[in-house]
Amino acid sequence: MAAPDTAPTQASPGGSPLAPEGGEVAGSGTGTGLSLQAFVTSKRAMTGVTIIVLLGLFCFAGPLLYHTNQTQVNLGIENSPPGPGYPLGTDQYGIDVLGRLMVGGQSSLELGFAVGIATTVIGLLYGAVSGMVGGIVDAFMMRFVDTLLAVPTFILLIIVASMFSLSLSVIILILTALSWPYTARLIRGQVLALRPREFVQASRTMGATGRWILTRHMVPNTLGISVVTATFSIADSIYALSALSFLGIGPPPPFTDWGTMLSNGVDNLFNGYWWQVYPPLIVLVVVVVAFRQIGDALNDIVSGQRSGVVVRRRRRFRLLPLSAPRDW
Amino acid sequence: MTGYLIRRAGQSIAVVIGVMILTFILLHLEPGSVARSVLGLKATPAKVAIFDNLYGLNKPLYQQFGIYVKQLFQGNLGISYQLQQPVSTLIAQRLPRDAILLGLSTLLALVIGVPTGIYQAVRHNRLADDLLAGTWFTLYSAPDFMEALLLIALVCVQFHLLPPAFPGGVTSIAGLFANWQALVLPVVVLAINSVAGFSQYVRSTALHVLAEDYIRVARAKGMSERLVLTRHVLRNSLLPVITILGLSLPDIVAGAVIAESIFNFPGMGLLFWQSALAHDFPVMLGGTLIIGVATVVGNLAADIAYSALDPRIRYGSA
Repeated sequence: MAAPDTAPTQASPGGSPLAPEGGEVAGSGTGTGLSLQAFVTSKRAMTGVTIIVLLGLFCFAGPLLYHTNQTQVNLGIENSPPGPGYPLGTDQYGIDVLGRLMVGGQSSLELGFAVGIATTVIGLLYGAVSGMVGGIVDAFMMRFVDTLLAVPTFILLIIVASMFSLSLSVIILILTALSWPYTARLIRGQVLALRPREFVQASRTMGATGRWILTRHMVPNTLGISVVTATFSIADSIYALSALSFLGIGPPPPFTDWGTMLSNGVDNLFNGYWWQVYPPLIVLVVVVVAFRQIGDALNDIVSGQRSGVVVRRRRRFRLLPLSAPRDW
Repeated sequence: MTGYLIRRAGQSIAVVIGVMILTFILLHLEPGSVARSVLGLKATPAKVAIFDNLYGLNKPLYQQFGIYVKQLFQGNLGISYQLQQPVSTLIAQRLPRDAILLGLSTLLALVIGVPTGIYQAVRHNRLADDLLAGTWFTLYSAPDFMEALLLIALVCVQFHLLPPAFPGGVTSIAGLFANWQALVLPVVVLAINSVAGFSQYVRSTALHVLAEDYIRVARAKGMSERLVLTRHVLRNSLLPVITILGLSLPDIVAGAVIAESIFNFPGMGLLFWQSALAHDFPVMLGGTLIIGVATVVGNLAADIAYSALDPRIRYGSA
């Protein structure tokens, strides 16, 4: 365990060397705590949560009320437009689109949540350990992360996806393996900013072990920011699966998700079968927007203490799409 | 400063080595064996043995890695299973085309994103800001393949304004520009993906800049608002964009895979996609290596350019 290299004076400006902007962004304010009350009162967050709860109900409880045949091809009714019996029409195999939307949504949502949670747990632990241990171990751990970050996640996803026979769980594994480095890097930056803080130093002076500091100080204080990244990785992974399916490298048939529906429907878009494209497109955009809204709202809350007019809305958006490093 | 650059360069080299190890491992993770992929399933064991011996595939892994790295430095990225051509040739043919496509789209994104970002900062928290922000947010949340397809449906199918895809057989740079109508949509789609990032980044830095003392001084001495914006705000907000350019390289490349496969643009993305469908691993991993190295070099260059252009940036020893 390397000793902290600076005396516990002021929090070092620009805490981590990773934050390119420097200044007040990293490590000032009273911390990264996540207030439940602020979350519940945030309009954006609650709008997002409502949408996701409704979509979850639609996908998981919907099939209990709205029975459709999702397994048998029925060419007698292929490509029917919306009408009685088929509120959103049927696809090229005669399968009800509304029912398909529910089944497809199940895999999209399951994937999103599984990857979001797994990514956060792994990234949080890896980043916190790396930041705490420091020195050469940290350097090695971070070069490993940098390596994974140097190659676009989507490119790696395509390569690995074309190696294995895909199922939902395999995709969850692959996406988790590819997405945790962002969280890890971000958390490490936070831990580096926390390390010279007084309460950590006090704890160390009182003889706390590295593990104690890690579990009692580092993890709770970075939890807020991890939840933010979790919501973004949920959105990103739903999106990644749909893009993969769209490129025709997704899991093979009985499996379906909104992306698969889209890519099948697109073949028919130019025949005028719009109902095969717009419903999955709309839910896909809505769910991604909803998760990103929650993430943004959480981000505002987490970084809210260091307010001031200018900074108040600075993190309104995720600044980079998909696979950008999240530590700036 | 020098110390920082040396350390930064050292990190970059470490990452490049990491990327080499990664592609090497992935190449060996490939199901079946290299010999089977090249010679086909009906190859006799004797043939496979000869092949393995010829390419050193029966040696221990660390020796194979040595051979792999040596070949990389000789510019040998392996042979495509599908096209039976050297991967380096395939990539070298396509890189200039991608430079044009990605260069044009990034330029377009900057031309749109930077002014709107500054405009949003000036009008911040007002209706115009919210509307623009909402627009960018929606565009950036929508899957980019859908933006592409909706544009095709609208521009090509409804109004017959532009061709929906590149004609096959276009290989030269001149050919690309001769088919400029087909170039429009891919450039626009890729630009849409980046505009949101650029404009929101510029918006947030411009907000910081607008609160600076030198802006107040400029206004106090009677400088016109237009000059304040162009001389001070624009210049100071542009600098951080250099960093974001370096950082967004992987995203631009990933977007290119989708856009190129939709528009049949003869670049790396299309090659990559076709290789993925054909399980042509040498091409995919060769491309990955190039992208990884490009990203590392891009980030390093962005860092250096940033510190060179902004005299306020001094990298300490921290």
